[in-house]
Amino acid sequence: MSVEAVKIRNVDLKYDEQLVLDDICLDIDEKDFMAVIGPNGGGKSTLLKLILGILKPDSGEVQVFGRDPVKSRHLMGYLPQHVNFDPDFPINVFETVLTGRYHGLFKGYNAEDREAVLKVLDDMEMRDLKDRQISKLSGGQMQRVFIARAIVRDPKLLIMDEPMASIDPEMQSSFYNLMARLNEKMAIILVSHDVGAVSTHVDKIACLNRKLFYHGDVENSANGLEEIYHCPIELISHGIPHRILKDH
Amino acid sequence: MLEIFQYPFMQKALVAAVLISVACGVVGSYVVIKRIVSLSGAISHAAFGGVGMGYFLGVNPVLAAIPFSIVSAMAIGGVRQVAKISEDTAIGILWSVGMAIGVIFINLTPGYAPDLFSYLFGSILTVSNSDLLIMLVLDMIIVAVVYIFRREFLAVSFDEEFSSVTGVHALAIYLLLLALVALSVVVLIKAVGVILLIALFTIPAAIAKQYSYNIRNLMILATVIGIILTTTGLILSYIFDLASGATIVMVLAAAFAISYYLNG
Ligand SMILES: Nc1ncnc2c1ncn2[C@@H]1O[C@H](COP(=O)(O)OP(=O)(O)OP(=O)(O)O)[C@@H](O)[C@H]1O
Ligand SMILES: [Mg+2]
Repeated sequence: MSVEAVKIRNVDLKYDEQLVLDDICLDIDEKDFMAVIGPNGGGKSTLLKLILGILKPDSGEVQVFGRDPVKSRHLMGYLPQHVNFDPDFPINVFETVLTGRYHGLFKGYNAEDREAVLKVLDDMEMRDLKDRQISKLSGGQMQRVFIARAIVRDPKLLIMDEPMASIDPEMQSSFYNLMARLNEKMAIILVSHDVGAVSTHVDKIACLNRKLFYHGDVENSANGLEEIYHCPIELISHGIPHRILKDH
Repeated sequence: MLEIFQYPFMQKALVAAVLISVACGVVGSYVVIKRIVSLSGAISHAAFGGVGMGYFLGVNPVLAAIPFSIVSAMAIGGVRQVAKISEDTAIGILWSVGMAIGVIFINLTPGYAPDLFSYLFGSILTVSNSDLLIMLVLDMIIVAVVYIFRREFLAVSFDEEFSSVTGVHALAIYLLLLALVALSVVVLIKAVGVILLIALFTIPAAIAKQYSYNIRNLMILATVIGIILTTTGLILSYIFDLASGATIVMVLAAAFAISYYLNG
């Protein structure tokens, strides 16, 4: 029997007194590849943190693989939007990615973990820099390391907050190829502002601006996009450029 | 010049210099990379409350400082979980309240508190064998805990949020780290004093950080630097007949300035 990867029911979330997520209902299936789209401050990162169990809803329910998110954490991989660390923190690329393979108290990393790290570093074209101290990387290289850290544990649900920030176009296309390959084994949720690029690669879109205005197939998402951005959005779907919205 | 090490008090001071350098090298490395310097300062000042309590109850002040500094560490680290008080505010409060509690306990204690000054500014030349034993045991606990939880400490220091997603109990590990800071404070309290010890926490690790890109090397290097600099300070204080704690701090500061200059 298959369980849904994510099931969110009537979730409200407030920061102080400000309602940031309003009555959200969302389902993500085991093999979905979904983009969450919306304006700055729309609540995208907050929604991801809810799924990860980092934040708790004020009302409503969040389940990941049929359980409380905290109990399903070992099934999730995460790329945060920002990582704050001491600029000369004593850690290199390899060790950073290795932390993504954490097994629990008193359990060390084994040969399999080290192999998995080298493999994802290959995928992200970062293997040559594996011994480089983390702060001696460019912004885009650092982002690749954090992407590697998210996927290295072979999650069942991969959650990425703006993975394409500071990634060059060449890496972008190989990134989406990698995502397509990973998507055979796992559900993927990613946040992006690049509506055009995302819509050619993902199969579902969620339009979020405090409320969830749309969630479903890319093809029918135009109205949802228009509502969250308050303007028509040009959408290029599945490689065939065509305008979805009628001209005003 | 080496004949000064024939004196038993000087030999003890040397052993103390090694023992404090281990605590500072190991825990100080985390203090610096996790940026909890001012929090550690608060824990060290709060520990003075325990010293005062020790006088009042007639027990060894260093031992009394152990529970006191651990409780203060937990209070500062846990406050953001239970109340809307920022860590920064909690640091400010505990910093002075711990000192105040210490002073009041000493007021309430009949008679004169003979070596009070050494708990404030340190007196590495008067450490006793029992002080050394306490320092040694605490050092062993610190090193063992760090070894056992090294993966968790690294993950939490680097990226607390991500570590919790991978299953690290980030809050518990953070509190454990603060407990180690508290124990290190106790290791240092007799030799350097609550007011000066933060320099020993930060400076050797800060210097070592310029040369090592790996946490284990950082700890080892910081320990070695700590041993060299505290011993230097110790000898200078003896030669010029200056307060040992203050001299050690000045040597540390000078070394930091030189290494920064050489690196910059
Ligand atoms: N820790 C916090 N405390 C208070 N308010 C917050 C906090 N984090 C976010 N917010 C508020 O919640 C709202 C949603 O923030 P969120 O980070 O989820 O937006 P986002 O959609 O990810 O935006 P962006 O595209 O800029 O990343 C914003 O209005 C923000 O001001
Ligand atoms: Mg965001």
